[in-house]
Amino acid sequence: MSAKPRYFGKLSRYYLWYTGCFALFLVALAILEQEGMPRLWIGHLFMFATIALYATIGVICRTSNVTEYYVAGRRVPALFNGMATAADWISAASFISLAGGLYLQGFDGLAFIMGWTGGFVLVALLIAPYLRKFAQYTIPDFLAARYASGPDGRGALVRAIAVGATILVSFTYVVAQIYAVGLIASRFTGVDFSVGIFLGLASILVCSFLGGMRAITWTQVAQYIILLVAFLIPTMWLSAKHADNPIPQVAYGSLLNKLTEREAQLAQDPREEQVRAEFRRRAAEYARRVDALPESWEAGKLEAQRQLAAARARNASLTEVRQAERALATYPNSSDEARTLWIERRDANLERARPPEPHATPFPGPTEEASDARRNNFLAVVFCLMFGTAALPHILMRAYTTPSVHETRVSVFWTLFFILLVYLTIPALAVLVKYDLYTSLIGSDFTALPTWISYWANVDKANPLVSVADINGDGIVQLAEFAIDADVLVLATPEIGGLPYVISGLVAAGGLAAALSTADGLLLAISNALSHDVYYKIVQPNASTQKRVTISKLLLLAVAFIAAYAASQKPADILSLVAAAFSLAGSTLFPVLVLGVFWKRANHQGAVAGMVVGFVVCLFYMLRASPGLGGSAHDTWFGILPMAAGVFGVPAGLLAVAVVSLLTPPPGRGSDAMVDYIRAPE
Amino acid sequence: MTPTDTPSAPAAPDNADGAARQRLLATRAAHWQRTRRMTSILLVLWLVTGFGTVFFARELSRFELFGWPLSFYMAAQGASLVSLAIIGFCAWRMRRLDHTHGAAARERP
Repeated sequence: MSAKPRYFGKLSRYYLWYTGCFALFLVALAILEQEGMPRLWIGHLFMFATIALYATIGVICRTSNVTEYYVAGRRVPALFNGMATAADWISAASFISLAGGLYLQGFDGLAFIMGWTGGFVLVALLIAPYLRKFAQYTIPDFLAARYASGPDGRGALVRAIAVGATILVSFTYVVAQIYAVGLIASRFTGVDFSVGIFLGLASILVCSFLGGMRAITWTQVAQYIILLVAFLIPTMWLSAKHADNPIPQVAYGSLLNKLTEREAQLAQDPREEQVRAEFRRRAAEYARRVDALPESWEAGKLEAQRQLAAARARNASLTEVRQAERALATYPNSSDEARTLWIERRDANLERARPPEPHATPFPGPTEEASDARRNNFLAVVFCLMFGTAALPHILMRAYTTPSVHETRVSVFWTLFFILLVYLTIPALAVLVKYDLYTSLIGSDFTALPTWISYWANVDKANPLVSVADINGDGIVQLAEFAIDADVLVLATPEIGGLPYVISGLVAAGGLAAALSTADGLLLAISNALSHDVYYKIVQPNASTQKRVTISKLLLLAVAFIAAYAASQKPADILSLVAAAFSLAGSTLFPVLVLGVFWKRANHQGAVAGMVVGFVVCLFYMLRASPGLGGSAHDTWFGILPMAAGVFGVPAGLLAVAVVSLLTPPPGRGSDAMVDYIRAPE
Repeated sequence: MTPTDTPSAPAAPDNADGAARQRLLATRAAHWQRTRRMTSILLVLWLVTGFGTVFFARELSRFELFGWPLSFYMAAQGASLVSLAIIGFCAWRMRRLDHTHGAAARERP
């Protein structure tokens, strides 16, 4: 018994030292910045120092022992397992985009906070302890053993479907993480987007390739510490600045009321209305052009050519000629292209013509029905995220790594605790930044714009992340004239708050840590599913342990490169892909996992039917209801958005398991004994 | 606990062992019943605090808690903190249940 506390003490000492060294590193960089070190160098130092650090931990923890590689030797203490799972969980989307999403969406954005935390109740109550009692290596392992009484006696079909779901879900998710790595690396070090991707990939690989679960666990703990510090420092600063209280979670309540007052004031400002009227006029202009297609397309093309010729003819300045050339070059190539583009612009202008919604009001809407529809969608999103959480393989996999069932339960507690340290700060950050912008930027003079605006506006010229333009020509910034992308809010927070650049570098390092830690866990989940479940359990059951680990490492390498390639293609609308992954995970895996523990009568046929039906219903609804995938927004059921398809998939899956199980013979005694065993106390 | 632990209970060669086995099964059944009851109560609590407060968010936003409108507070912090408390309670309670029932199961000769 005495070995355990000693191990825990040793780990605590290591990580305290590590935190201390990191603090010294920050202080040293802050001093160097005062001495005049260029900003780019600070960005470089942060990127390379943290990536080197993760790689070092990976090298130290290298292993080729099967239990160490797959489940970190099942001896990670609950506290550290919780911290590692939290880092696994906090993805690039939560770190970088969630606060921005809350800023833009107000109350509606809170669905993500609720959904991404509440799901752990399902994990702790229904799934994790039972998986730990079962004590194997992967999620398909559990399903195959529980539903083994199929025609072949080994549950290979159940295993194969579960592997397919694991890979599909984890792969969409990992592409999003690697994409974020490329984005952060390219913005803060000035390297090319694809170079950034492969830099990040290198660090992911060194870590998980050499040491599997053992290495990524200890790296994730280190990454969690960095991302927590990176998120808290700027938020605490803003909180102290605006609310005289450095604890943002407590302080922002009072600011929320002040923000509501300011919003009411802005909503009635006649100058705001002027700007909105201008946007409405532009939208009407695009609508008129869309209606007049294809003549309007030809007329526009002729007009652009005429302008260029005129500019050349009167020997206009070079910039004017260039401008006319660019206008002609970017003019839509065909009438169809023009239709898509102009409809997009019409909608974008209409969007900006709407008066801002009050931040704290739940489900504002012109009518009772519109408001109800928003409430129902909020609930549906929360539902999908919660049930998806309880079925994501890379999170559930971590239930296997603790020393006992009790420690697994405690570990889920610590996981949610460490997640909440960040997640309770996110709504606070959104309110703080909104208050800051609404009171200091809005109403200020165009000649005195802060420098961060021009910096972020120039990062991506095609789709500006921040844009401010004097639409009504009064020389004062109106709220309607200012637009900010959800992805830059967190990255720009230090500059908005007037903090030194070293904190900006720290925030970028935090975002990188969030993306890398999640990518590590996901890649391991995929390669374990392939090597353990497909290769060892189905293809080559008598492979030596050495060979299994080697195969797993090779597969990891291959999957990582495919994911990096997919990310470098910059797939469109990556966030909705991630949301889709949650719905698919919940619909496919949640019903069989939970009924496998709580309903002895669930059998092989029921499991197969449940997974297939859940998946198909979820996918069908997504295809049917999302315009981007060939469906139509009018084909929704009860007005639910396609992103929340899991709200139909999960019940359909549960129903299918129940109906098919009852129609077919009950499972054999082996399955009964296994359920008794996993339910029994230790 | 290692993966080699056998899932099935030991076989019963004579009557004394048979009685012990009966006791073990009864303890396990009682343990499972209590686990199930606790799980369902906690799930109902979780449903009410999560989905319930969102469903009635418009009505609840008239009330105030620590300076926040109640519905905003519940969605931003309250529901998540209740989840944390539920998980903490579950870990504590299951440890006690496992202890009493596990100890009873081990008492057999």
